[in-house]
Amino acid sequence: MKLLSEVQISVHNRVLIAAPSGELDHFQSERLRAQIDAAYEKSSCKHIVFDMAGVSFMDSSGVGLVIGRYKKAAISGGKLIVCNMSESVSRLFSLSGMGKIIQEADSVGAALDILGVGGTL
Amino acid sequence: MNKIKLEIEALPENVALARVMTSAFVSIYDPNMSELSDITTAVSEAVTNAIIHGYGENEGAVRMSLSAENRVITIEICDDGAGIENIESAREPLFTTKPEMERSGLGFTVMEEFMDVVEVKSSIGEGTSIVLKKELGGEV
Repeated sequence: MKLLSEVQISVHNRVLIAAPSGELDHFQSERLRAQIDAAYEKSSCKHIVFDMAGVSFMDSSGVGLVIGRYKKAAISGGKLIVCNMSESVSRLFSLSGMGKIIQEADSVGAALDILGVGGTL
Repeated sequence: MNKIKLEIEALPENVALARVMTSAFVSIYDPNMSELSDITTAVSEAVTNAIIHGYGENEGAVRMSLSAENRVITIEICDDGAGIENIESAREPLFTTKPEMERSGLGFTVMEEFMDVVEVKSSIGEGTSIVLKKELGGEV
């Protein structure tokens, strides 16, 4: 079992793709938040895509992490899309009511298509 | 009736331990994946609240007791921290006193959605006790 969560960050056509893995609780979300924000500020990215495929557990702290990044992207005129959500992750987002504001996609590729920067990764 | 007690230092990194213990205890009673995930998530919310709202930067202990009787899992989570000023507000969805920490204000909403019973008792300066109950194999 991996004790510390990690986040893989990549950039594709001015879209920052953040793929956290492990358990997104308060402790881990705080750690990953700093890493994602540093990468976003350093890059010239506008949009953010969260790839949740590697998330094994999430509580409301993970929702806070995504909402916080959504706000950052919105300030830069960007969008945020969440993809590869498990049933339990998706349920937490529905509870937050953010489903209406934050877009969902089935895959990273589908998210990039929505952002109009599709193509091969 | 089975019961275990656990006391953890109020550190954010210890919430994962509270989840592991909860998951191991509940697993004895053969829950389905969704029940196990619901209970673990609710405990994660309650213990996180005790640590970051109850104690904040202060030291302290979070006490948990987990019991099972007739397939009803009861989990009590207590702290001797700050207490909740207004329980009614705290239970409202999206209410948070710590927006700067990006708390989503969904802790109680998650507990209420995922558990059958959520009881909150709190006194200012004395602490908070949360009781969570869920019947396994109960209503879906």
